[in-house]
Amino acid sequence: MSIYTSGLDKYKEKIASISSQEMVINMGPQHPSTHGVLRLELITDGEIVKDIIPHLGYLHRCFDKHAESMNYTKSIPFTDRLDYLASMNNSHAFVMGVERMLGIEGAIPKRIEYIRVLVCELNRIASHLIAIGTYGIDIGAFTPFMWCFRDREHIMNMLEWASGSRMLYNYIWIGGLFYDLPVGFEERCKEFIDYFKPKLVELDELLSNNQIFISRTANIGALPADVAINYGCSGPMLRASGIKWDLRRVDGYSVYPELEFDIPVGKGEMGVLGDCWDRYKVRVDEVRESVKIIEQCLARLASDFHRTPDFDPRAMVPKKVNLKSQDYYVRAENPKGELGFYFVTQEKTDIPKRVKSRGPSFNNLSVLPELGRGQLIADLIAILGSIDIVLGEVDR
Amino acid sequence: MDKVIELITAHVGDAAIVAVERNGLQPAIQVSPFFLRSIAKLLRDSEGFYFDFLANISAVDHYPENRFSVVYHITSIPYQTQLVLKVDVENERTMDKLPEVPSVSKVWRTADWHEREAFDLMGVFFTDHPDLRRILLPDDWVGFPLRKDYQDPETYHGISIK
Repeated sequence: MSIYTSGLDKYKEKIASISSQEMVINMGPQHPSTHGVLRLELITDGEIVKDIIPHLGYLHRCFDKHAESMNYTKSIPFTDRLDYLASMNNSHAFVMGVERMLGIEGAIPKRIEYIRVLVCELNRIASHLIAIGTYGIDIGAFTPFMWCFRDREHIMNMLEWASGSRMLYNYIWIGGLFYDLPVGFEERCKEFIDYFKPKLVELDELLSNNQIFISRTANIGALPADVAINYGCSGPMLRASGIKWDLRRVDGYSVYPELEFDIPVGKGEMGVLGDCWDRYKVRVDEVRESVKIIEQCLARLASDFHRTPDFDPRAMVPKKVNLKSQDYYVRAENPKGELGFYFVTQEKTDIPKRVKSRGPSFNNLSVLPELGRGQLIADLIAILGSIDIVLGEVDR
Repeated sequence: MDKVIELITAHVGDAAIVAVERNGLQPAIQVSPFFLRSIAKLLRDSEGFYFDFLANISAVDHYPENRFSVVYHITSIPYQTQLVLKVDVENERTMDKLPEVPSVSKVWRTADWHEREAFDLMGVFFTDHPDLRRILLPDDWVGFPLRKDYQDPETYHGISIK
C-alpha cells in the first residue's frame, strides 16, 4: 500500500520540515473571505506567502454518485446545487447534454430556447453581482456589496415568480420548461432592465474607478494567458488574460448565434494584463452584455415568439429518457467558466452509468498556489476574491 | 480526426492507437497507456493542432468487467477543435493493486487536480504524479466510492453511520 500513500507522506513531511522562521497558518474553512468552506494552508515567512496548500471537500455532496443512482430527470435538481449562485445555467448545460444525446435538440420550440437564454442571462447577472459585491467586501468596501445584493434581489424575485424557488429553480427540464413565463414577466423584466442600467453606471463610479480599489487590485496576481490555459482556467478568468474564448460564441449553442453581444476581454487598463482588476472588470462588462442579451430576448419573446394560449412548454418532455449506450461530453458557458458534464449511458435503462461534472471553479481554483506564491497575505485575499469560486462547484 | 491519427502514427508509432470509435456523437481515440504521455505532449505542441486546454478527465468503472477507463477531453483554443482520448486498463479490483495510468500533469497542469479526484473517488493510480493525495474525501478514507462494487462503511472514526 505504501506507494499509494506516498503523496500523503510527502505532504506531511513538507509541513513538518518548515524552517524555524516560517509559520503554517490555516485560512478557513470558516473564514469569510474564502467564500465558503475552503481551507487554505499557508506556509508564510512573515507577511509573505511561501506556499499554499488548498484543502477541498468540506462541501462534497457526492453529485457523481447520486447521478449514477437515479434517472436524468431526477438529477436536474442536483445540478442546481453545484453552482448554487447560477442554478439556471447549470441545469441548462445538463439538459442540453441529454437533449443532444436524445437527438431532440433541434426540435425544441424557439420560444422555449429564448426563455431559457433569458433566465440564464438573468442568473448570470445575479451571479456576477455577487462576485462583484463580495469582491468589494474582501477589499474593504462595504457599500457596493449592499447595492449589488439589492439589485440581485430583484432578479431573485423574478425567478421565484417564474419557478417557485428563490435560488434552486429546477425550471429547465429535458425537452422543455417547468412552466411558461408568468403573465406580465416580460414587462416586469423590462422595468428591471430600465432600473438596472443606471445602477451599473453608479457601480462603476463607486467601485471600478475608485482609487483605493484600484490600488488594492491593479498589478496584483497577474495571470499570463499561457498559464491560464495550462491550468484549465475558463470564463472571466481566461478572458481577463486577453483570450477571447466564450463558449456561447465558440459552440454557438441554444439561440446565442441569433443574438448580438460582445465578449469583453481584459486589456490591462489599470496595470498589467490579467491582474485582479482586469478579472473584476471583465465581470462588470459581462453584466452589460447580459443586459443586451436580455433586451433582445424580451423583444423576440414579445414579437416572433409571443405567448399563445395553446403553447405547452412540456409538450416535448420525454416520459422516459431512452438512450442507447454512448458517451457524450457537453460544455456550456457558466458565469464562472466552462461547465461540463460527461455522460456514459447504458442500454435499456434511464439511469446513467457515469456522470462526471467538470466545475469551472474547481479548475480556476487550482491556479491559486501559482498566483499566490510570493505575495502578501492581504493580496492573497484579493486574488482569491477575484477568482470568484463557489464551493458547491469546487467540491460537488 | 484522421489528421490526428496520422500525426500520432507518424510520430509515436502504430502501437500507440488501440482503437478508434467513430460511431458515437463524439469520436474518440483509444490509446495505449504506455504512449499516453508522449501523445499528450505531441498533441499539445504540434503545429496545426495545439491541443493546449485539457477540459476534463473522467475515470469510468466498467463493472462487472474488471476494466477501468480514463477519458481525456481536450480542446484546442487557437483552432477551436475538440478531441477525446481514452485509456483502458485491466484490474482485478484488489486494494493492494490499483489500475495504473501515467500522469499527464506535466503536460497540462489541469490534470493535477483532476487526477487526484480520479484517484480519490475511483482509485486509479497515476504514476509520476507530483502530489497524489485524496482531494475531496478525508485522507484516512478507506475505499473508492465511485466504484460500482463499493460498500458503504459501517462506521467512521468509531461513529455508526448507518
